Amino acid sequence: MAKTTSGEGIRTIEEINEKIKSGKAVVVTAEEIIEIVKKKGTAAAAREVDVVTTGTFGPMCSSGAYFNFGHTRPKIKAGGGKAYLNGVPAYAGWAAVDLYVGATASPDDDPRNKIHPGEFAYGGAHVIEDLVAGKDVRLQVEAYGTDCYPRKHLDSLINIKDLNEAVLFNSRNAYQNYNVAVNLSDKTIYTYLGTLKPKLGNANYCSAGQLSPLLNDPYYKTLGIGTRIWLGGGIGYIVWQGTQHNPHAPRLANGVTKRPAGTLALIGDLKQMSPKWIKGVSFVGYGVSLNVGIGIPIPILNEEILKHTAIADEDIVAAVVDYSDAYPNGKPEVLGEVNYKQVKSGEIEVKGKKVPTAGISSYRRALEIANDLKEQIKKGEFLLTQKVADLPVGDSAPKFKPLKERPVKEDK
Amino acid sequence: MTPRKIVLTFPKEKIDKPIVYKLIKDHNLTFNIMKASITPDQEGHMVLEIDGEAAEIEKGIKYLKDQGVKVEPLSKDIKVNWDKCTQCGVCVAICPTAALYIKDRKTMEVAFDAQKCIACELCIRPCPPRAIEVHF
Ligand code: SF4
Ligand code: SF4
Repeated sequence: MAKTTSGEGIRTIEEINEKIKSGKAVVVTAEEIIEIVKKKGTAAAAREVDVVTTGTFGPMCSSGAYFNFGHTRPKIKAGGGKAYLNGVPAYAGWAAVDLYVGATASPDDDPRNKIHPGEFAYGGAHVIEDLVAGKDVRLQVEAYGTDCYPRKHLDSLINIKDLNEAVLFNSRNAYQNYNVAVNLSDKTIYTYLGTLKPKLGNANYCSAGQLSPLLNDPYYKTLGIGTRIWLGGGIGYIVWQGTQHNPHAPRLANGVTKRPAGTLALIGDLKQMSPKWIKGVSFVGYGVSLNVGIGIPIPILNEEILKHTAIADEDIVAAVVDYSDAYPNGKPEVLGEVNYKQVKSGEIEVKGKKVPTAGISSYRRALEIANDLKEQIKKGEFLLTQKVADLPVGDSAPKFKPLKERPVKEDK
Repeated sequence: MTPRKIVLTFPKEKIDKPIVYKLIKDHNLTFNIMKASITPDQEGHMVLEIDGEAAEIEKGIKYLKDQGVKVEPLSKDIKVNWDKCTQCGVCVAICPTAALYIKDRKTMEVAFDAQKCIACELCIRPCPPRAIEVHF
C-alpha cells in the first residue's frame, strides 16, 4: 500500500453517518483524544476514531433571540413602535409581531452604573432564560396604529410554547481563544471578564482550552456554514462566520491562534433548549450577558484533522492583557503569554508576580457538553453534516479593523 | 453560659497588633479561633468563639470596636445554589478563605466548604448567575 500523507482522506462524512446509524461509530471527546494520540500516535488514532466532540459554556454577549408572538385581534404592528419583555426593551424594527431581544439589553429604568459598580440583576439574557425555562413573560407593546394595524397598546403574558417561532440567533459566539485579563491599575475594575483586583490581584481567562470548538479545528477544515451543532441543549447550525471573525490572528506552529481569532454566528430552535445551557448572567459594573452552551462534532476525515483535535491545554497559548489601560484604549500591547495548563493550575506569573487565576468559561460544563454530544452520536441521535460553504480563512479572508472615525461637525 | 460566635474584620493597619491577645488577657475570656485569614488586600478576618461572663464579653467587644475592628455576630449562612451555579470558577479567586475552591484541577469542578466560610459576602455579587445566597 502506498504511504498516505496526513491530508489524505480516511473516510467521508457519509461513511461516518452510516456507522452512526448502525451504532458503530467511534466517538471520543477532545479531552479523551489527547491520551489516545499519546498512546497510539496520530496515524493509528485517525484510523480508529470517527468523531471528536468539543464543547464550550461561557458568557457570549453577542447573543439574542427572535420570535413571532402571533397576531392580536384587532391587529397591532410593533414595528416602528416600542416593545418590552419583562421591562427589557426588545427590538421592534421588523414587521408586525416579530421581536428580537438581545442578551445585553437592560430595562430603561435600570440604574446601570449610576452607582458604580452596577448590579445588572436582570436583562435580555434573563428574559431569554425565562422563556426557555417555560416561564410566562410580560409583553408590552406601544404602537402608533395604522388602517391595517389599528391597535396601539398590548400588555399580555406570553409563553414560549405559544410562540409561532422562537429562535436563538447569535451573531458572535465560540471565540477561538481569548485574552487572560488582569488589572495593573491601583483600583478594582469591573469588566466582562469579571472583577479584577488592583495591582495584578487576579487573572481571569475565558476559554474551554483543549475542549474549545474552534481551537480543535483551527483552520475550519470541517466546520463551516451549515454545520449541525449542539446548541443550548438542542440542535443548532452554524450560519455564518461570527462578527469580528479574525483568522489572521498570530498562530503557533500547531495552528493554534494565540489571540482571539475565529468566531461563529449560530442559530437554533429556542423551544428545544434548556435553561441549564441558556443562562442569563450579570457582571457587576459591566452588564448582562448570556451563557451559551455549544458543542461541535469534528469528523475525522484525515490524519491532519485528527492531529489538530489532539491539542492539549499546554499547547494552547493566550495573551495576558491589562484591562485597566491596554484593552479599553485599544492598545495592542500584551503583558506576556501563558498556556491553559498554567491558567488552570490556579496561578500564573505576570511581571514576576504570582497571580491567582479564575475561569469565566466553565471547563466542567464544557466537558458535560462534549460528553453529551458524544453519547448522542453514539446512540445514533445526532448525524453529522457536510458544510455548505467555508468560513473565511487564509489571505483572502477580510481583515478585522477598528472604526476609522470621521467626526461630524455641526454647521453653525 | 453559651459561648458566642463573632466575626472580626481587622483593617490593614491593625493586622500586626496583638489585639486578640489583649482581649483575652484583659477581659478574662476563653476563646476558640474557628477561622482566620488575611485577604490579598491585607484585611484580616477571624471567626472567634468566646466564652466568659456576659459583662466581660460586652466589654471585650467594646474594646475591639475601639481598636477599629469590625465586630459582627456570626448569624449568616452562605449557601451555593448548585442548580444556578454554572461552574465557572469566578468566585474561587475572590473567596479569601478558599471556602470556594476547585476540587479537581482535571474537571475544574467548583466546590464549597461551609466550614471555611467566614460569611464575608465578597463572592455574592461577582458570581455571574448570582448562585450564592445569604441565609439569615
Ligand atoms: S462564581 Fe457562582 S456560578 Fe461561578 S462557580 Fe462560583 S458559585 Fe458557581
Ligand atoms: S462569603 Fe463567600 S467569599 Fe466570603 S468566605 Fe464565604 S464563600 Fe468565601
